[in-house]
Amino acid sequence: MLQIMEGSHAVAEAAKLCRPEVVSAYPITPQTHIVERLADFVADGELDAEYICVESELSALSVCLGSSATGSRVYSATSSQGLMLMAEVVFNVAGMRQPIVMSIANRALGAPLSIWNDQQDSISLRDAGWFHLYGEDVQEMTDQHFIAYKAAEQHDVLLPGFVCFDGFILSHTYEPVDIPTQEEIDAFLPPYVPYNKLDAKAPLSMGMYATPDYYMEFRYETDAALQRAGDAISAAGKEFGEMFGRDYSTHTESYRMDDADVAFVALGSICGTVKDAIDEMRADGIKAGLVKIRTLRPFPAEEIAKALAGVPTVAVLEKNISLGSAMKGAVGPEVKDAVTGTGIDVYSYIVGLGGRDIRKKDIRGIAALAEKGKGNMFYGLRTEVL
Amino acid sequence: MVDKSLELFDCGHRACGGCGPALLARLILKGAGEDTIIVASTGCMEVFSTPYPETAWKVPWIHSLFENAAAVASGVEASLKHNNRTEKVICICGDGATFDIGMLCISGAFERGHDITYICYDNEAYMNTGIQRSGATPYDASTTTSPAGRLSMGNSRPKKDLPQILNAHGASYVATASVAYPMDVMKKVEKAVNTPGACYLQVHAPCSTGWGFDGSKTIEIGKQAIECGLWVNYEMENGELTKAKKVRRVPVEGYLKAQKRFRHLFKPQPVTEEIAKIQAIADANAVKYGIDIQLNE
Repeated sequence: MLQIMEGSHAVAEAAKLCRPEVVSAYPITPQTHIVERLADFVADGELDAEYICVESELSALSVCLGSSATGSRVYSATSSQGLMLMAEVVFNVAGMRQPIVMSIANRALGAPLSIWNDQQDSISLRDAGWFHLYGEDVQEMTDQHFIAYKAAEQHDVLLPGFVCFDGFILSHTYEPVDIPTQEEIDAFLPPYVPYNKLDAKAPLSMGMYATPDYYMEFRYETDAALQRAGDAISAAGKEFGEMFGRDYSTHTESYRMDDADVAFVALGSICGTVKDAIDEMRADGIKAGLVKIRTLRPFPAEEIAKALAGVPTVAVLEKNISLGSAMKGAVGPEVKDAVTGTGIDVYSYIVGLGGRDIRKKDIRGIAALAEKGKGNMFYGLRTEVL
Repeated sequence: MVDKSLELFDCGHRACGGCGPALLARLILKGAGEDTIIVASTGCMEVFSTPYPETAWKVPWIHSLFENAAAVASGVEASLKHNNRTEKVICICGDGATFDIGMLCISGAFERGHDITYICYDNEAYMNTGIQRSGATPYDASTTTSPAGRLSMGNSRPKKDLPQILNAHGASYVATASVAYPMDVMKKVEKAVNTPGACYLQVHAPCSTGWGFDGSKTIEIGKQAIECGLWVNYEMENGELTKAKKVRRVPVEGYLKAQKRFRHLFKPQPVTEEIAKIQAIADANAVKYGIDIQLNE
């Protein structure tokens, strides 16, 4: 049944339905509505979980790590500076192979301080060993939580995952959303069965240090598991589709890509605007299309190459900047790498940083630049203040 | 009562000969018993006891990072509580992890009142990285980042009073101990793990490598620290000092002279005004904790 619900509250409902035993988080805009709602659920007896109010994000994820290592399913959520304060733990959790799911209400990083949306926070941690899912709308980001837990907890994966969605644009927007019932989610997501855990009856040591004789193999194993996470996400997405009618078996979604002369590649809420712009461009005779990336890690290179095959020009819309890099965006080089040798031109466009609005006419402007071979640049700068 | 004959910290680890913290690990597990989960911070003990694929720990053990042991332990405890499990949770962390980089997580865990025991093995500097000063380094000790030199008498600040800080968090049991008194350590560990809420134990753990003494003298050095009043073994329960080990105090010189880290106070000439300042620290301890045995007692 569809209900009108704020994005954050839909995420909180999803987290509740996954039955975490421990929830630990620290308030940060625009993540706060999620954890406030979860606190209500615990206070009202709707969620049987330990809700640990910590003094920092460093502790929030560390608490989750401790609980996960002891055998509990756990949940946290953060944004921006909070994710940066957690960064050391973020890497550690992946190396320790704990299947923690954390929501990221995407927000820009300081300085200057900005509470508004871009995707710099999660993209900056793309190499940490977590899988990264990006939602386009409230329904998709809600559903991705169920898929994330299911994929993370597979014993051939055992890796953590981010479920990312644009702060304010999605976290604070009310949309119609179908929230599954507890019975349905219990059928989809069985209780967490740890591969191993801290237990006095079966002692083991976790988080030991590795000498040069072993370290590289640990990294190899983590990378291999992250590649397998891609398959687990697909399988969970397919099963979810069969149960709920919303299929997430692919890591990308193509929109009007048949015969496209220019293709956009993008993540998150911007895809809705891009789709509308594409419809208008198509009406005007401009053959544009979109490849939306849902799974950024593991990077679905093959799927992207297939989706872009035969398209002469690709414009990657980046709500991040890899400062000092040649293409400027972090996603563009990976897309370019995926189509190496095909002759496809790939350009990055830095848009929407720090909450700057992205309009349909900007999308059209970028298409025109890409077709002229102009790219790897900021779009929409106010040159008068530079 | 736990079976104190059990050896739950195994031999074959890679600590230096005469390592105070290694002895402490053994004593902690004798005091706590098998039904225990250890949360470690990065540091000497973590490194000498768990080089993959070997471990010295016969109880469940987890290490995450340098600064977050108290938060990881909070999570372990929350999971245990949720599942009605009975294991005791003990953090074992060095003084760098405790006094300095871990303070945020420790303060949070104590304020929340998790049922954990946090034990600091206090060897008074960052020994794992090569003897750099920490907030636990005593006044005038020479370390690699507070070296004695033409313009320096070593570490310029007194040791931070961490037990008092955690006492101020409302901890129901805060105590200090020394590896030089093994039975006392075991007794205090057992008391701490059986006291509800967050408890803190700070244990003097001499480091022959970092302090500069022969590895056969660890116990002797530990006893000297107590006998001169620079280290006091005491207990605080529900905010009140309930016990302090009394001594017939001797001057601090003997303790200082026995360690290379204080050698600059005596060579080439004794620096009497600095030694007097250290004596004053011991004298203040004696008054604060009431440790002096009076002649008429």
